[in-house]
Amino acid sequence: MTSMSRVLNKPVGRALFSLLSIGLLVWIAHWFLGPAVARSVATGGVSVALLVYGLSGLSAAMRRIGNQPGHALYPAVSAINRYWKANQRRLAPWLFLAPGCLMFAVYVIIPIFQSIWISFYDWDGLGEAQWIGTANYAEMASDPNMVTSFRNNILWLVLYMLALPAGLLIAIFLNQTIRGIRLYKSLFFFPFVISQVVVGLIFSWFYAPGFGLLYKVIEGITGQGIAILADPDLVTYGIIAAGLWPQIAYVMILYLTGLNNVAPDQVEAARLDGAKGWRMLWYVILPQLRPATFIAVVVTVIGALRSFDLVSIMTSGGPFGSSRVLSYYMYEQALSEYGYRMGYGAAIAVVLFAIMMVFISGFIWKMWRDETER
Amino acid sequence: MFPRPIQQASPGLQWMYRAALPIALLVWLFPLLGVAVTSVRPASDLAQGNYFGIPSYLAFENYGDVFRNTPMGRYILNSFVVTIPTVIGAVALSLMTGFALAIYRFRSNLFLFFLFVAGNFVPFQILMVPVRDLTLSFGMYNTYWGLILFHIAFQTGFCTLFMRNFIKALPFELIEAARVEGVSEIRIFWYIVLPLMRPAIAALSVLIFTFIWNDFFWAMVLTTSPETQPITAGLSSLNGQWVAAWHLVSAGSILAALPPVAMFFLMQKHFIAGLTLGAVK
Repeated sequence: MTSMSRVLNKPVGRALFSLLSIGLLVWIAHWFLGPAVARSVATGGVSVALLVYGLSGLSAAMRRIGNQPGHALYPAVSAINRYWKANQRRLAPWLFLAPGCLMFAVYVIIPIFQSIWISFYDWDGLGEAQWIGTANYAEMASDPNMVTSFRNNILWLVLYMLALPAGLLIAIFLNQTIRGIRLYKSLFFFPFVISQVVVGLIFSWFYAPGFGLLYKVIEGITGQGIAILADPDLVTYGIIAAGLWPQIAYVMILYLTGLNNVAPDQVEAARLDGAKGWRMLWYVILPQLRPATFIAVVVTVIGALRSFDLVSIMTSGGPFGSSRVLSYYMYEQALSEYGYRMGYGAAIAVVLFAIMMVFISGFIWKMWRDETER
Repeated sequence: MFPRPIQQASPGLQWMYRAALPIALLVWLFPLLGVAVTSVRPASDLAQGNYFGIPSYLAFENYGDVFRNTPMGRYILNSFVVTIPTVIGAVALSLMTGFALAIYRFRSNLFLFFLFVAGNFVPFQILMVPVRDLTLSFGMYNTYWGLILFHIAFQTGFCTLFMRNFIKALPFELIEAARVEGVSEIRIFWYIVLPLMRPAIAALSVLIFTFIWNDFFWAMVLTTSPETQPITAGLSSLNGQWVAAWHLVSAGSILAALPPVAMFFLMQKHFIAGLTLGAVK
């Protein structure tokens, strides 16, 4: 081990060591996982190594020059050092923020404005974009698919809210301390961990005409099965039910944590005053669950408006486009076999964004108030 | 405690509660159980209409078929190759942004913080066209790095919220004491704050792992071929090919669900701590 640490103590040794280990990793990746993974590993390994060595080399060089008053760069380096010493409390936050802010700006903040910009163009994604002003928005107003998508989005939003009472109910049901209850809680939480793609496939199987379980049950009761995903009037309800399954699990875990932290003395005091059941829940428990309810509302609203995966997997917007939502319709317009209408797609996205912004502003406003009150 | 502990109820009621628990669980997980059973049901059973009975034998060959006849192995590998660097990158970036926003007072602090929070809530569709263009112009369309870089950037929003609140809850005296000793700000981050962040890093890592593994939209937008598609996108395209081959669809679904489920069970405490952040004050 001592020879190893002697190698690692010298800069050249360190460089050789990291070069060797990156090479080894790339080689392993190449042999076991194929050239594409190997390329990916190589790019990542080399860029991380360059970053680390660049930064540490720079700081080491500056430290060395800072101790050599005769060095040509000494005045500059010592000025920088002095400046840093005097101002580090002011500079450090920006240093720490720079990489995260850069990435976030490039991939999230700037694209929002670019999308708004693109929504005023007619563009197929490849050729020349043509400025058409608000024509995309005008088209939207008379687009029947837009009306369907919009109505479905409202339906999602309203019905998704059922996750709150349902989640609370299950949380109350499970908030006991008996043997094995922890396992029950985690198994109840299960649907949330699974990908929505899998949830969509599971429910497609559940609804499948002819042999799907729900189909069979309905057939057994009424003598006539219903193919939910093929019925334009029922299809959205069917997809929302699938979406509620993981959402209820999420809300449940939020409320379980909340219930765990309800002040026991207040509950006891209320009990002594004769409060029970509904009155206890409404007047004593729910007010204490307000932080949990807030987060549950936030994630449920966002989840409802983001509903893309399930629609895409279960029906692809069908039958006859009756289960489209804005997020899916946008994708369909901008990036599917139906055509590359980037401008129109962007305009739909802007509408969805505007709806979302109403809610986001509300959340942010409440968080801002909490933050400045503290 | 609410509701009243079941131990205080009558023995009959207690017995009923204990019986109701497994029944409720069975009903709750019924669709999942159905798919799990279908995944080991031989194709011949399905052909004969045995959809719900006991499988005539346990057909683990369905899983073998999925791996042999489809790029499932490749999809799973792709998912790991995309997910792991994303987790590392997002956690690393947000440790720094979270530290900056929690420790320093400067004028745009709250504004930046809420920008991260708000950005994390925007619909993906508003980013889709520009991000796809950007990825194309970087030459990273249909590559791992295209997906990884976007995911890192987007997840930084949520991670920053998480890290900032966690660091804010640390005792500030630690940092003040170090400053009095003349420790530089970078050393404070590395030697004082970072070692205290271990539980937050664990919680965030499992959470981000699950989010990225389960991502479907960006996999559809930024990748197109089985060489790079993660399992969610792969499963969706296989679903189109396997018309009515429900035993294969089920096996594929179970395979796609396994890694996040395993992650959740191994790191349960961290996972729930991460998800319920802010649910209690």
